[in-house]
Amino acid sequence: MNKFTGVDYFNVESLLAEDEIMVRNSVREFVDDRIIPIIEKHYREEKFPHHLVKELGKLGLFGITLPQKYGCAEMNNVSYGLVMQELERGDSGIRSFVSVQTSLVMYPIFTFGSEEQKDYWLPQLASGEKIGCFGLTEPDFGSNPGGMITHAEKVNGGYKINGAKMWITNGTIADVAVVWGKLDGEVRGFLIEKGTKGFTAPEMKGKHSLKASVTSELIFQDVFIPEKNILPGSKGLKSPLMCLNQARYGIAWGVVGSMMACYDSALNYAKSRIQFSKPIAAYQMTQEKLVYILTEITKAQFINLQLGRLKDKGEVKHTQVSMAKRNNCEKALETARIAREILGANGILDEYPIMRHSQNLESVKTYEGTHEMHTLIIGEDITGYAAFD
Amino acid sequence: MKIAVCVSHVPDTAAKINIGSDGISIDPSGVTYVVNPYDEFAIEEALKSKEKFGGETVAISLGGDANKETLRKALAMGIDNAVLLKDSGYRDSLSVSKALAEEIKAQGAELVFFGKQSVDFDNSVVGQLTAELLGYNCISVAVSFVLDGNKIICEREIEGGKEVVETNLPAVITAQKGLNEPRYASLKGIMAAKKKEIIEKIPAAATNYVEVLTMKKPASKQAGKIIGTDASAVPELIRLLREEAKVI
Repeated sequence: MNKFTGVDYFNVESLLAEDEIMVRNSVREFVDDRIIPIIEKHYREEKFPHHLVKELGKLGLFGITLPQKYGCAEMNNVSYGLVMQELERGDSGIRSFVSVQTSLVMYPIFTFGSEEQKDYWLPQLASGEKIGCFGLTEPDFGSNPGGMITHAEKVNGGYKINGAKMWITNGTIADVAVVWGKLDGEVRGFLIEKGTKGFTAPEMKGKHSLKASVTSELIFQDVFIPEKNILPGSKGLKSPLMCLNQARYGIAWGVVGSMMACYDSALNYAKSRIQFSKPIAAYQMTQEKLVYILTEITKAQFINLQLGRLKDKGEVKHTQVSMAKRNNCEKALETARIAREILGANGILDEYPIMRHSQNLESVKTYEGTHEMHTLIIGEDITGYAAFD
Repeated sequence: MKIAVCVSHVPDTAAKINIGSDGISIDPSGVTYVVNPYDEFAIEEALKSKEKFGGETVAISLGGDANKETLRKALAMGIDNAVLLKDSGYRDSLSVSKALAEEIKAQGAELVFFGKQSVDFDNSVVGQLTAELLGYNCISVAVSFVLDGNKIICEREIEGGKEVVETNLPAVITAQKGLNEPRYASLKGIMAAKKKEIIEKIPAAATNYVEVLTMKKPASKQAGKIIGTDASAVPELIRLLREEAKVI
């Protein structure tokens, strides 16, 4: 296999700072050495490559925008995006792991947590010694999280939690769950540690997507947590939605990595696959497909970079994040399917990464706000009419 | 102890190389440059030595401004200081070694790591020449390195096996693949490297004994020939290997 040297038709690299390029290159090397050689086996066997967690921590990929005093790199959002992009060139499941740890666990603890919670959890989550998960979605409340049933009740010395969450990445392997539930009718965040009485996290099996990632249910039956485990700064549904906005930003970048992997594989295949005595790359229909994929990658690269620059300036709107997530995920899935067509029957084999990416992207298009919900969020922004309650 | 590592900035081995318009240099346009892969083993061994014995590490590179990228990576991996010997003109191996030896002497480094060769021009002699110019001992193509007091024991890769050799500080070691597993530049390392300064110096002028006359690309490969897909093709294959390829 040829070494991956990036996809950059418009020299987007010239718009990156030296340290941003170094971050990208370092993660790219890591993905080539440590993820790509093992990922197909883990995917096939439905096993999360647990041994990589500490290595990812050592590289500094958890909570990369958070302050150095918590053991984080304190880098900008463009660097965070590039990390997501490179990781997802390996696999969406690995990127999901880092997304969840960073945007959905470390971010809320940092943003809504007490000093004590930050000092205790953030360094351990940054190093990968501890794993976290985020519990918002419920079996009957996906796009409409405000309807959640999970609730907390004030009891002597703390809270009693009851309810259930579903589709929780890392749930079964997490040491701490950031769980959202209603306290006196208001959504609040709670930290629930593994092993707490009444808390179980069975793994959901039978997925045809994100098979190298752990997805779980979280079940709370009269789970008592001490007073100090509430996230004191969390107030209402806005708090978890702020977390999702962080994660969606990472996804918008991540899927470009999947697109690059599929494009690279399809381009190499097209140049070496001979039919009717010439490479299929020499046929117009194949060229049209390759050009379409490359163009979509290029557009998504520019959307992401500008989104990141706006975020670094503190000027980004959540509707812009929605547009990036919506567009890039849709195009990633569409172009993965086109790339698979270029490989013909070979495209379905796990000798090539395309089918795995394509299957993963089915989930990625749906999670963290479905394609439809992002459409309605932007629709409301531009028309002033909310097409949902 | 002061530990130096000499690093070279070379075209990525995956890059397609074109010859420049002068006919005697590589056209750098469109070519990605990287840290010479063997130098990554040298950097790692320098870092490991510092972690074990303390002291200070310095990376030295000879070349133009572009070499800063390679020095920056060495810093991001954990090297303490970096020196760019700024001269982008042509130098033969001896002339490169002279500039490096001068800087190593100025740094007062007793232990010096090189990659066993630079993958751009492949002369594989700069480490050894530098040792000679410094009057240091030298072990080349090392696949293991142990320092005990003043004594160094290395395994060297040789044809068909390994030999174990011993020498003393001060010394130059040239690194072969297998010496260690180079670490990745961590994000924290990259942030720390941003704050470190690359010191620029002008080396003594080149005195070259070797001149490049011309560069040529290798002849393009001939297309392969499929003479059959089963055992019936074997006699014909043997005939061709004997009569056309003349290899058996």
